[in-house]
Amino acid sequence: MSLRRLPWALWRAQILAILRLEVRKTFFTRRGFWIYFLAFAPVLLYAFHSFVQLKAGRPGDLGEDTHTFAAVFQFFYLRVAIFFGCVGIFVNLFRGEVVEKSLHYYFLAPLRREVLVVGKFLSGLLAAAVIFGFSTFLQFVALYCHFSSNTIQEFLYHGHGLEQLTGYLGVTLLACVGYGSVFLAAGLLFRNPLIPTLVVLVWEAVNGFLPALLQKLSVIFYLKSLCPVGISESVTADRGSLLALIAVNPTPASPAAAILGLLILCVAVLAISSLQVRRMQIDYGTD
Amino acid sequence: MSGQQADQRIVFEDVSKFYGEVLGVNRVSISIPAGITSLVGPNGSGKTTLMNLMTGLVRPTRGRISVLGIPPDDPERLFHTVGYCTQFDSFPKGLTGYQFVYSYLRLFGHPHLVADRLATQAIERVNLAEAAHRQIAGYSKGMRQRIKLAQAMSHQPSALVLDEPLNGLDPLIRAETIALFRSLAQEGRHVVISSHVLHEVDAISDQVVLLSNGYVVAEGQIHGVREEIREHPMQILVRCNKPGDFASRVFQQDYLVEARILPDGQGVLVKTRDADSFYLLLNRIAQSGINIESVAPADDDVLSVYEYLIGTEESTK
Repeated sequence: MSLRRLPWALWRAQILAILRLEVRKTFFTRRGFWIYFLAFAPVLLYAFHSFVQLKAGRPGDLGEDTHTFAAVFQFFYLRVAIFFGCVGIFVNLFRGEVVEKSLHYYFLAPLRREVLVVGKFLSGLLAAAVIFGFSTFLQFVALYCHFSSNTIQEFLYHGHGLEQLTGYLGVTLLACVGYGSVFLAAGLLFRNPLIPTLVVLVWEAVNGFLPALLQKLSVIFYLKSLCPVGISESVTADRGSLLALIAVNPTPASPAAAILGLLILCVAVLAISSLQVRRMQIDYGTD
Repeated sequence: MSGQQADQRIVFEDVSKFYGEVLGVNRVSISIPAGITSLVGPNGSGKTTLMNLMTGLVRPTRGRISVLGIPPDDPERLFHTVGYCTQFDSFPKGLTGYQFVYSYLRLFGHPHLVADRLATQAIERVNLAEAAHRQIAGYSKGMRQRIKLAQAMSHQPSALVLDEPLNGLDPLIRAETIALFRSLAQEGRHVVISSHVLHEVDAISDQVVLLSNGYVVAEGQIHGVREEIREHPMQILVRCNKPGDFASRVFQQDYLVEARILPDGQGVLVKTRDADSFYLLLNRIAQSGINIESVAPADDDVLSVYEYLIGTEESTK
C-alpha cells in the first residue's frame, strides 16, 4: 500500500483522541507532584539568588550567571530533573495502565497498536515539554531578573541571550524526546522500571568514558553537543577530572547531526516499542 | 461450514490457550450463532479466556478463531463489529461516565457530534442518563457495571461479548439489563454472556456452552444439550396415588437409576438413563390401576445439566 493511501486522517483523529485521554492523566496527578518539584526546583534556586542580589544591592555578573545556568542545566536539569521526570511520565504510559487494569480499553478499540504507541508517546512528550520547557523559561527569567532592564535587553538582543534561551528550550525538548522514547520502551519491556532506569542512568553517566561509537548510543551525547553554553573552565579546568569527563564532549556532534541522531534514536526505540505492543496480551493476572 | 455461514458466526476451531504451563482452554471447537449464548462454568473454567480469545486480548496457543469472519488479530476491523465488556472493574482515572463512553468513541475516528450522539444513546439505553456527568469514581458497583456495558455497546456492534455482566446489579436493574440483552438479540446481534450464576442465564439464553477446567463439555440449545448427554440420567417427577407401587414397578427396568418417594408421599422422583422408554412404561403403568396425576421433567435447566456434566460440587461454587 502506498503512503498516500494509508488512512492518515483517521490516525490523526485517533492520536488526538488518545491525547485527550492521556493529557488528563499525565498533567494532573497527585502522584506526579515530585516531577513538578524536580522541574521547578532550579526556578526557586534562581529566584532566591536574584532576591539576595537585589537585597544586597550588588551589581550582578552576567557572565558568571550564564555559566552558572549552563552548569546547573547540564549537571542537574538534564541529568536529574528531566531524566527522572521522563521516568515518571513515560514509564507509566503503559505500565501504569497495566497496574490500574485499564489498558484493555485501548486494545478493544479499532486502533492500530502502532498508532497507540505514537499517541501515548506524544501525550507524554506534550506533558514533559510543557512542564520542563516552561521551567526552563522561568529559570531564565528568575536568574536574570535582578539585572536592570537595559542590561537584560542588551543581553537578550545583542549578547546571545535570546539565542541561548532558544537553544536551552530546544535542548529541553530534545531531552524529553530522547529520554521519553527510552523510558516508554522501558515501561513496556520491564515489569520493574527501577532496573532499566538505573541501567540508563549509569550508561548516561559513564558516557564520557566510552569509545566514540558507543557514546553515540546515548541521549546525553547529543544533548551535550547542543547545549548553547559550555561549562565554565573553572569547573573543567582539569580536563582529566570526573566533572570534565561528564560535562565535556571531546568530539561533539554538529547541531544537525545531533538533532538527527536523537530523532533516529527516538524512532528506533519507538519502533521496538511498537513491536512489543503488537505482541502484548492483556493478562492482569485473573481469569 | 461454508464461508458465508462462518461470516455470521463466532467460530473456534480446535483452539487451545496455555498461560505458560497453566491451561486456559483446550481443544475448543464451537460455533456461536446470533442470539444470546451463555458461557457457563465455575471460576477458572475458561469462560474469560474464551472471551479474551475472541476479542484478541490474548492469542491462542493453537487453533483458529473467526468472529463474524474477522480474525481477532485485526483490531481495526474487529472492533467495528465487536464490543467487549470485560469483568475488570477498573476505569481510566478522573472521567465522568459520559466522558468515558465519549472518549473511547473518538478512538473510532468519529467527529464530536457523532460520538456525542452515540454516547448519549448508549448511556440512555443502560438507564444511566441522570448520572452520566458524575465521576465514575463515585458510582456504585451496579452503575460501574452499566457504564462499562454502555461503553461496550456504544458503537452499535453486531456482536457483544459480556463477561459476568449481571454482577453487582440489584434485582430491578438486573431485570432491565436482561431485557436489554433480549432486545439486542432480537435485533439480530450476537450476545455472548458468561456467568457462574446458572439460573440467571438459564432464563435468557438461546444457547449455552458449558465449560469445565478449560474444556467445553456441552454446547447447544438447552434442550439440545440435554439430548447430548443422554447417557446421563434425567430426573422426572411423577405425581401419583400409589408411589410405593409405582417405584417397585419402575425398579424392574435396567435403565432406571433411582426412584425416590417424595417427602409428601404424593409422588416419585425418578432418575432414568432412557427417558423415551420410561415414558412408554408410564403408559403401561397407568393402565395397571395406578393413578398418575402429572409427569414433569425435573431438570431440564442449565443447572441440572451442568450438575450432571461436571458434578454438583463444582456447579454450586
